[in-house]
Amino acid sequence: MELFTLSDVHYEIMREIGNIGCGHAVSALSKMLNKKVGMKVPQVKLLEFGNVAGFVGGPENTIISIFIGISGEINGMILFLTEQPSARVLVNMVFGTPKNTELSFSEMELSAIQEIGNIMCSSYLSSFASLISKSISQSVPDMSIDMAGAILSVPAIEFGKIAEHVLFIESVFSTETDNVSGYFVLVPDLPSFKKIMSALGVD
Amino acid sequence: MTIIVGMADLKVTKEPSSMLTTLGLGSCVGIALYDAQSKVAGLAHIMLPDSTQIQNNKNIAKFADTALKKMISDMLLLGANKSLLKAKIAGGAQMFAFESLNPGMRIGERNIEAVRRQLKLYNIPILGQDVGLNYGRTVELYVNDGSFLIKTIGHGNKTV
Repeated sequence: MELFTLSDVHYEIMREIGNIGCGHAVSALSKMLNKKVGMKVPQVKLLEFGNVAGFVGGPENTIISIFIGISGEINGMILFLTEQPSARVLVNMVFGTPKNTELSFSEMELSAIQEIGNIMCSSYLSSFASLISKSISQSVPDMSIDMAGAILSVPAIEFGKIAEHVLFIESVFSTETDNVSGYFVLVPDLPSFKKIMSALGVD
Repeated sequence: MTIIVGMADLKVTKEPSSMLTTLGLGSCVGIALYDAQSKVAGLAHIMLPDSTQIQNNKNIAKFADTALKKMISDMLLLGANKSLLKAKIAGGAQMFAFESLNPGMRIGERNIEAVRRQLKLYNIPILGQDVGLNYGRTVELYVNDGSFLIKTIGHGNKTV
């Protein structure tokens, strides 16, 4: 594998991809819930491996993740991450059960969470694909509810092949009454990373 | 005292009241080494199988081969006897199903294979392990007796 280092320009481009992707994902969520969903300005987080799970409560904190593999002209993965209280708010909106505060979920609620994650990730990916004019196929979504460190080891390892940091694009969105936070992590593999950059005019 | 080993990190100690821990191992592998006679212990949290496959390989604790080499030499400096070192390993999970379809991403499995291969090169026997499957693990290595506790969410805890 040839030498490759991420520069400021690369990070700036990733931030912009995150901006566009999150914007589309949030608008899909808004349509799905038929509610106004606001979005804060996405933040790009450049994290040390040792601190990869700090933003979601530490490596042992339980998080919910939806994973979609990407193949075609671009290979890699996208993850949507959220914590149980946020997932509860989303589920309550879908099922019209605003008073439920349970942090465990029924089978039906779990499939709703997976579907919400799937729709948001798909919207993110389709805006990303048109931005770089490439065709992208996505895998069947998979969900894991487990330790944040274990889940985030998957994108961290991919970044680990090319860098000493992990790049996460954090998007926080909210409805009028409840705060719901979620994070998207888009991880292209190394050859795809280069294709993305050259599609956007950067070597 | 609890000594935390981060992702792509390794620590050694011979402080008998200490416990070395690494939290939330997914596809990464935790390698515990212990010399029961000198009671020198080491724990590494490796992310990738092989430093020679990656150009960007300065972070030696990130790779199975370089991390193990460094950990052994650090332990010898603390008085461990190389021929008495024993290993216990955990992690190497496949957190998501898609990873199994894409050979380049079956990193958990490749990490486990690499760790086993490296340990064999150094003639270090593996006394206990909890590897593979699809869930995260936190591990604790107790310096006083070398016991290795593996904790999970929803898949039980065990000591090897």
